[in-house]
Amino acid sequence: MIRLNWMLVLSSVLFAISVAGMFINRKNLILLLMCVELLLLSANMNFVAFSRITGDIHGQLFVFFVLTVAAAESAIGLAILVVLFRERRSINVEDLSTLKG
Amino acid sequence: MKPLDPDILLAIPLLPLAAAAIAGLFCRVIPRWVASGVTILGVAASCALSLYVANAVLFGGADVFNGTVYQWLMTDGVGMQVGFLVDQLTAVMMVVVTFVSLCVHVYTIGYMADDDGYNRFFSYISLFTFSMLMLVMSNNFMQLFFGWEAVGVVSYLLIGFWFKRPTAIFANLKAFLVNRVGDFGFVLGIAGIIYYTAQFGGASLNYADAFKAAPQIAAQTFNLPGTDGVNAMTFICICLFIGAMGKSAQVPLHVWLPDSMEGPTPISALIHAATMVTAGIFMVARMSPLFEHSEFALNFVLFIGATTALFMGFLGIINNDIKRVVAYSTLSQLGYMTVALGASVYNVAIFHLMTHAFFKALLFLAAGSVIIAMHHEQDMRKMGGLFKYMKVTAITCWIGSLALIGTPFFSGYYSKDLIIDAVKAQHHLHPDNGIATYAYWCVMIGVFVTAFYSVRLLFMTFHGKPRWDANPAASHEHAHDTHAETHPLPHDGTPHEPGWEVKGPLVALAIPSVLIGAMTARWLLFGGGFGNSIFFNDEHHELLNELGEEFGNWVSFGAHAVQNPVFWLVAAGVFSAWALYIKWTHLPDLIATKLKPIVFVLENKYFFDWINEKLIAPLARLFGTAFWKIGDQGIIDGIAVDGSAKTIGFFAGVVRRVQSGFLYSYAFWMVIGLAVMLGWFLTRSLN
Repeated sequence: MIRLNWMLVLSSVLFAISVAGMFINRKNLILLLMCVELLLLSANMNFVAFSRITGDIHGQLFVFFVLTVAAAESAIGLAILVVLFRERRSINVEDLSTLKG
Repeated sequence: MKPLDPDILLAIPLLPLAAAAIAGLFCRVIPRWVASGVTILGVAASCALSLYVANAVLFGGADVFNGTVYQWLMTDGVGMQVGFLVDQLTAVMMVVVTFVSLCVHVYTIGYMADDDGYNRFFSYISLFTFSMLMLVMSNNFMQLFFGWEAVGVVSYLLIGFWFKRPTAIFANLKAFLVNRVGDFGFVLGIAGIIYYTAQFGGASLNYADAFKAAPQIAAQTFNLPGTDGVNAMTFICICLFIGAMGKSAQVPLHVWLPDSMEGPTPISALIHAATMVTAGIFMVARMSPLFEHSEFALNFVLFIGATTALFMGFLGIINNDIKRVVAYSTLSQLGYMTVALGASVYNVAIFHLMTHAFFKALLFLAAGSVIIAMHHEQDMRKMGGLFKYMKVTAITCWIGSLALIGTPFFSGYYSKDLIIDAVKAQHHLHPDNGIATYAYWCVMIGVFVTAFYSVRLLFMTFHGKPRWDANPAASHEHAHDTHAETHPLPHDGTPHEPGWEVKGPLVALAIPSVLIGAMTARWLLFGGGFGNSIFFNDEHHELLNELGEEFGNWVSFGAHAVQNPVFWLVAAGVFSAWALYIKWTHLPDLIATKLKPIVFVLENKYFFDWINEKLIAPLARLFGTAFWKIGDQGIIDGIAVDGSAKTIGFFAGVVRRVQSGFLYSYAFWMVIGLAVMLGWFLTRSLN
């Protein structure tokens, strides 16, 4: 029997890894996008886990929505990234600081 | 006993305004005859209505009109209105202003015939008539101030009428700046009126309210550092009189008037002799209920007037420019009027104002006629012997001068002699008053000086050997006016008298110059002609009654002249002018070389211009620069405006370091924020 705690720990670890990936990575924008995906997946993990324990199907249903949105988001993100690369010849995060005050 | 119709009163100033608007706004499209025709019609109608009103007020026994015709605005309980006060004083002024203005309008047709600014000129003088009428007809300080400034603006425009001449621009700027000094005092005086009327019956700008509160104001004192209390009425009166000093060109604010002769001669006659410069005299007479409460202010007025009357007369002796001699004579006569005000015989001052308006306008117009005939040459040393070439001008100029010097039975005799008598009586009533004694001697010597320079002008211009054809080409080269070259008169070496439009006004002004004094003196001054429009303190009534008893009637007063030292002073002045400029013509130069220091002082006009330009102007600039650099740039801009902006900028500079521009730091803060909020939410819900 897989216990709820184990699954929550797993999703927390995944979440932590993706957040850390965001902070530690200072080079590549693609890595950032991947971290965002991982973040969403760790949230999905929670949905699935709770859905299984409580026997409520809505949790698993919700995962599909999240996955769809995540797919759309990464499609847009990659599209922006391509345009950005054409424009700047770089996807280095350090170079993208136009918002600096 | 019928009341005056406000519509008629309103029409009197508005007709010239409408004419000025037509001539001014369309000056580039309308032909010349329309511009002159419409303005002359406007002023003529205004003059006719003024005569009607004066007849009703002075003889018909119509009620004094004092009412508001238009409420402009109300602020803090102080109403600002357009209102008229038409009493005997106003009626006299209205007739003088419109009549002289009408004569000058007609004269201008001839004088400006070949000037490009013909339409513009007519527009200006009509606008002046409107402004002056607003000034004299006003029943409140706001409108008085409006008229006061409006005549100042028109004077500025007209002095600089030939705006391509640098001297004209210098002169009009000078007139404007000097008048600002006077206005500074005037505005302070009006502010004092509002401040004190607010304490006694409600803040008001109306004359009537101010006069009602006058006795209470006179009992007030306020603290001024370095003195033991200043009487409020003295302060107000002196401030108002400083305004009058600017407008009526009293020492030391007189410097603009001689320079104003840069303008065309018709306006020298209308504005800088007959009407505008007398606005200060009129204002003080109008404010007689205030001035009567301050002995100190009256003595101040007396002193300034006496100084102006004598010392400006001296300057008339050494000048050779025909217009400047008449200008200095105007200054001197304004001094006489001011002396009358200071001796608190306001009605005599207004009487002299009236007679002076006629004969001084006449003298200026005659001088203008000579200037036309001499092809815009103004130097009297290049004239002489003109009598046989221009008889009408010469005779009318003689009449004007005889009136000016106070020949018995001429108008100026009655007014000037009464001023001298009043000062003499004042001097006898208050023997311990040094200023009255000083004023008495000033006006006495002034009589001699006036006679001397007036007759000198006549002899140098109309008599003696002709000096103008000695060098006919030179007079053309040194011509003052820019348009001298285009003058239509044939230049065959002999002067010609201008046409009827010049001679007509001369004759029209010569008649009142002779008659008006004898006709009106007794009735206007001692027969209650001014009604209640001028206020006298009881102690001064004594003076007036004494004058009246001495006066008798016009024949006896005229015949008494021979017993009076004044007459012999006039005769001495005339004789010495004849001796020096007809008989022994080598003497003036000899005297000038003998009295070099005095001539030097006179030629530099007592160094007033030097003091103004070398001391006062740099000092004012120094103050201005200090206020600009320290006050404006340092405190207001540096600390208040730029300072607050800099403070905000500094804080923004600190705060903006948070905005690193890196995605991960934004994400980091989002996560932290989310965590904090979630934590707060959870702990709250758990408890």
